[in-house]
Amino acid sequence: MTATNELVQLSAAEMAAKVRGGEVSSRELVDAHLEVIEAAEPSINAFLHVSADEARAQADAFDAKSADEKAGLPELAGVPIAIKDMIVTKGIPTTAASKILEGWVPPYDATVIERLKAAGMPILGKTNLDEFAQGSSTEHSAFGPTRNPWDTDRVPGGSGGGSASAVAAFEAPLALGTDTGGSIRQPGALTGTVGVKPTYGGVSRFGAIAMASSLDQIGPVSRTVLDSALLQEIIGGHDRRDSTSIPEGPRPMAAAAREGLKRDLKGMKVGLVKELSGEGFQPGVQARFDEAVAKLTEMGAEVTEVSCPHFPYALGAYYIIMPSEVSSNLARYDGMRYGLRVMPPDDVPQTAANMMAYTREAGFGDEVKRRIILGTYALSAGYYDAWYGSAQKVRTLIIEDFNKAFETCDVLVSPTSPSTAFKFGEKMDDPLAMYMNDIATIPANLAGMPAMSVPAGLSDDGLPVGFQLIAPQQRDEAMYKPAAALEAALEESWGGPVWQSLKTPWLGE
Amino acid sequence: MPTFTREEIEHLGDLARIALTDEEIGRLQGELNVIADSISKVQEVASADVPPTANPVPLEAYLRPDEPETPLTQAEALSGAPKTEAGMFVAPRILGSEE
Repeated sequence: MTATNELVQLSAAEMAAKVRGGEVSSRELVDAHLEVIEAAEPSINAFLHVSADEARAQADAFDAKSADEKAGLPELAGVPIAIKDMIVTKGIPTTAASKILEGWVPPYDATVIERLKAAGMPILGKTNLDEFAQGSSTEHSAFGPTRNPWDTDRVPGGSGGGSASAVAAFEAPLALGTDTGGSIRQPGALTGTVGVKPTYGGVSRFGAIAMASSLDQIGPVSRTVLDSALLQEIIGGHDRRDSTSIPEGPRPMAAAAREGLKRDLKGMKVGLVKELSGEGFQPGVQARFDEAVAKLTEMGAEVTEVSCPHFPYALGAYYIIMPSEVSSNLARYDGMRYGLRVMPPDDVPQTAANMMAYTREAGFGDEVKRRIILGTYALSAGYYDAWYGSAQKVRTLIIEDFNKAFETCDVLVSPTSPSTAFKFGEKMDDPLAMYMNDIATIPANLAGMPAMSVPAGLSDDGLPVGFQLIAPQQRDEAMYKPAAALEAALEESWGGPVWQSLKTPWLGE
Repeated sequence: MPTFTREEIEHLGDLARIALTDEEIGRLQGELNVIADSISKVQEVASADVPPTANPVPLEAYLRPDEPETPLTQAEALSGAPKTEAGMFVAPRILGSEE
């Protein structure tokens, strides 16, 4: 697999350059990744469905285009991508990792999928997740967990553990995720990959299976900062089919990432969020974070501590708003028009209402039921003001904290996740412990700010640590520049990318 | 703060149309009490003078161009249905009947 290995370990931008230079075809890229997928999946389980035939056909169609046609396509044209199974794909099964959607084949494409197809990017398959993107470990998938390539006894994070593991394990150079409370960034941190949550409304949600509509955002997963920037420019920009889509084009993110590679951050003001470090964060995580901050300083950034006093209330507000929206959004799974239908037992009246109740009992897993019930309570008469109303006020306070911090800072930083990857089962019986994984990522969702995680090295346990950058709304490029600079500086000190320490037996080494 | 009783969880299951089992009701009762305790602290700072936020990136409402487009075909719309007949979804009866 040597030639294959060399190919799949390139960045997406490097693959694209080889495609443009005629050194490699899109079909060869697809075949190389399908080969790795076949070898890796028995130990990783990142994919719920591999769309090999469709990917090959898309690659062949791209390769058959004339030079003129190819010249009009985005830079990443011809490079394949994996898609979190929370995003609908016409003709390719889409399940949200739930039994209630098992076997469903959508009759339409999400807007982001249409844009990838128009860009000539073949779709390798659908990646695993916590059921309906609800979880932080991918253990809540109805179809078995995804394993972390760095240690297959450990979780890859969640909910987008499949996309993150696929990219970390070289099964795909790029992937799409969805991030409601950290589901792109936390798996990025735990697998040593880059994960980006764009500004709310920056990427169309049309065709993203709805979890919590005021928080959900589709975003890129990659191994380099520049790759995420290039991908976000393809999927981003206005879409009239999403009423929350910002009516403007994508920001100049790739240019910002390339600017960052010059490693000059003179004049940039970086804010260290006081409430998102220290207590509750593993010493190894904090150590890598502090070293990364020192790198930013070395490159000329002015680093100061800022306080966001309402962030300690973010987790509580999130666990009121998110389940409330979940309980409403998931009411559509009623056994009527698509998905699972389970009729009641014979001794129960065979009514539509009972069919719905037995369908949802059989089709939803524990965590989804927990959130629906909690959300149903939070929205019920008599409790609405105390719970949902209070949470929406906290949301305002958190936005005000951010706005104040951004008066003096260009970008805010924190560790992405308080811990490195944990073992399977470790947090499954303690929902609150599981929820704490997202303590540093949730504020950006509540406030609609763009945020990303980049690798900060390995902790003392040998597992990856993530470094989070948060930028003001609709200024996504502001985080790409320091992220790319940090990536370049850290890789120089490590003598290569973080994944050079990753053992990859599935690549035949 | 709220203490969930068994009956309340059963009622919430009815409202959410999930036929929870006895075992699930017992487990949810314990878990939801712990979660509710933790998240109810939002009330400490949610004073009357703070306005609520529903959408973090508020947009002005605007009209999109009124252009006709082709929707899903009937066959596409029915393609995932558990049960169909003569181009329609088939649902169980809506009302229970006493025999």
